[in-house]
Amino acid sequence: MFDTPLDIMLTIGLVILSISTLGLVYRVIKGPSVPDRVMGLDSIGINLIGITAITSIILRTDAFLEVILLIGIIAFVGTVAFSKFLQKGEIFDRDRSN
Amino acid sequence: MSLIHLVILSPLILAIFVPFLHKYFRQIHTGWFVLILPILLFIYFIGFIRSSMNGETYISTMNWIPSLGINFTVYLDGLGLLFALLITGIGALVVLYSIYYLSKEKEALNTFYVYLLMFMGAMLGVVLSDNLIVLYSFWELTSFSSFLLISYWYQREKSRYGAQKSMLITVFGGLAMLAGFVLLYIMTGTFSIREIIANVDIVTADALFIPALILILLGAFTKSAQFPFHIWLPDAMEAPTPVSAYLHSATMVKAGIYLVARMSPIFAGAPEWFWLVSVFGLITLFWGSFSAVKQTDLKGILAFSTISQLGLIMSLLGIGSAAVYYDYLDDNIYTVATMAAVFHLINHATFKGSLFMVVGIVDHETGTRDIRKLGGLMNIMPISFTLALIGSFAMAGLPPFNGFLSKEMFFTGMLHATQIDAWNMDTLGILFPVFAWLASIFTFVYSMILVFKTFTGKYQPEKLDVKPHEAPIGMLISPIILVSLVVIFGFFPNLLSPSLIGPAVSSILPDYFLIEDINIYFWHGWTPELFMTIGVVAFGTFLYLTVAKWGKIYEWFPQRLALNRFYDGGIVALERGSNKFTNSYMTGFMRDYLIIIFGFMVLLLGALIVKLDVFTFNTADAADVGFYEVILAIVMVIATLTVIISKSRLTAIISLGVVGYSQALFFVLFRAPDLALTQLVVETISVALYLLVFYHLPKFKVEITRLRFRLTNFIISVAVGLIVIIIGISANSSRLFESISSYFEAVTYTEAGGKNMVNVILVDFRGFDTLFEGTVLVIAAFGIYMMIKLRLADKKGGVEGEGK
Repeated sequence: MFDTPLDIMLTIGLVILSISTLGLVYRVIKGPSVPDRVMGLDSIGINLIGITAITSIILRTDAFLEVILLIGIIAFVGTVAFSKFLQKGEIFDRDRSN
Repeated sequence: MSLIHLVILSPLILAIFVPFLHKYFRQIHTGWFVLILPILLFIYFIGFIRSSMNGETYISTMNWIPSLGINFTVYLDGLGLLFALLITGIGALVVLYSIYYLSKEKEALNTFYVYLLMFMGAMLGVVLSDNLIVLYSFWELTSFSSFLLISYWYQREKSRYGAQKSMLITVFGGLAMLAGFVLLYIMTGTFSIREIIANVDIVTADALFIPALILILLGAFTKSAQFPFHIWLPDAMEAPTPVSAYLHSATMVKAGIYLVARMSPIFAGAPEWFWLVSVFGLITLFWGSFSAVKQTDLKGILAFSTISQLGLIMSLLGIGSAAVYYDYLDDNIYTVATMAAVFHLINHATFKGSLFMVVGIVDHETGTRDIRKLGGLMNIMPISFTLALIGSFAMAGLPPFNGFLSKEMFFTGMLHATQIDAWNMDTLGILFPVFAWLASIFTFVYSMILVFKTFTGKYQPEKLDVKPHEAPIGMLISPIILVSLVVIFGFFPNLLSPSLIGPAVSSILPDYFLIEDINIYFWHGWTPELFMTIGVVAFGTFLYLTVAKWGKIYEWFPQRLALNRFYDGGIVALERGSNKFTNSYMTGFMRDYLIIIFGFMVLLLGALIVKLDVFTFNTADAADVGFYEVILAIVMVIATLTVIISKSRLTAIISLGVVGYSQALFFVLFRAPDLALTQLVVETISVALYLLVFYHLPKFKVEITRLRFRLTNFIISVAVGLIVIIIGISANSSRLFESISSYFEAVTYTEAGGKNMVNVILVDFRGFDTLFEGTVLVIAAFGIYMMIKLRLADKKGGVEGEGK
């Protein structure tokens, strides 16, 4: 498993990211307010990008590049949608003319 | 298809045309058209007597379902011919009687004659079918047409009650009989009665012999109103009187007798058959005659009397079966019982039919059938009185009428039964003649009540609604014919013995029986039977005269033992019980159904795992556990637990999102990029949808509380999880075959021209699944659109946001 020094470095990075994800999960669960949770979730998304990238290096494959891009987009769209929801109470405006 | 098939089906065919006749020939009573058919059929069947006397039988087959061995085979032997003559002969008389009984203007004659013809055809089919399944079909048709006829005046509550009761009981027996027939088929491989009789050795040796015997007897007993299934017959008296005369005295109730007689060559000789048939016959005989005395309704008396007489015939058939056990002794002492059964069958049809018709006349002319209101009609209705007198005396077994002869033969059979030295009969046998004698006394009593309470005594015109007078001559023709038969058969019984009784008995007891043995003498010396009859008359007269004193025992005795109570209570209990049972699990709450579904799943799978001992744990194939998987699994478990124990819905939704994203990460770890992509997108969308739903929860009852803990749910969910884990481990530990994925790996590029294996499988190797999953999405999208747009309930009031 740990064939090269690179692999060791990558594993350490992965562990750090995992721990930080666990911390974020704690924030998502505990988070006193909803924006805390949304921020936690957004950060988990970013962490997921990192984890996916490191994992694909470990797995020596480029098949997960789309996943990385997708997570980025989704995290953005999701956070924006959530923010709009928190701000206005709805995600899609019913009346387009406004 | 030959003529005789047409003959059997002709009543059914005519039934189709009856409504047209009724509609287009309103001036003429529909019964006149119907009358022609049974007369023709009767003449047709008379033509068979000569060949039947010579022991010839007539067989004709019409294919119905040949591949299953079910063909409409007509088999006309002595027994079938006797019944066919009864059905058509009394049928003709009943139709004639009904023409005068039922008013052309007031009654729905078209339905009446349709039902009656349906019944006649069905009954002919029952007695002339050789194929068991065809017999069963006609048998059920008699039940249905009887049901329709009993409820002819369907506006009356009691008619409907009686019809339902008779339907339930006879169809119950019919289904049991069908099961018995199927057992016979399993044993012999044929539905043909003749072939089964030919293979009777196989049947007797088979383990299914007793079940088949009991099931078939159940059918016979319910149909011919044997104890304890007799309760439907008195309630069937709500039918019009011609129906009571035809169905419930002369023909349908004898279908059970026919079945027992027809099956005798198969089952006779077995002790179970002997005991069941003769003991139930005797109980029915006694109970029917005992109960008949307390009735105040004339038709009630006749109903119980029919029950009793049917029991008499049944018990004689039972004792006659002893002849087979003894392989027909030289002097044929047991065959006399069978002879008596057949003879009494004919006699009963004649006198009971005429008595019913007389009662109908009394009812018709006085407006009541209650013997407490009737009396002194002798001078007003002299012809009816004569008919009733002869009929009742024949029923009571008095000379010189035919009932006397068959009753003497009945006593002979019963006395012979005591001589059977097998099956414990040497100790219990003495009860047979005693019971028979007691029952005969009661028979005498109710026969006397029937005729003398109605026609003699004080005339009470103030209790009658109409002024009584003698019936029109047309109404009297049928009973007169029947009563003349009573007298003729009484004086010249040997008219019947070679022509009808002999061939019928030789059908019931084939092989050994000699037709020449039958000779019914009017006078056979000072025999014990004669003294028994004298005793019956003496005690009967005494009891009749003192009935006012001892009759009080009926006030408490039969009510306690009335089987109607059990029936009614049973029906009510059944309804209540099933209602309760259904309500106990059909609660209307989804959670209860889910508990049942999951509980059953756990029980079934758990029991299978324990029973088959399939749990294996084999780590040979398992991959190494990686560090990342452990971390990810911990994240997932924590998120899942949060979903369950979270206090608010929002937390649960977000935690569910965490679970979904962790799942996507698992896909990444296990090298499934396409799955990971899809999972991420789908998870995001579903979380958004959850949030949408969450936001629209009604304001007034938002439950932001912790999910309540319930022990049942906890146990069920833990059990389901455990079972699934165990099955997963077991399945993974015991792989039987190599995976087929190596094929896809090899040919993805060469065959399909793609490098992405997942996508090639989705659209190329297994494109069909994808097509229909696409369809599912389309349907879901349309469904959502419909649900949002087509809110029919809200259309009127309009909903907020709808009108904008």
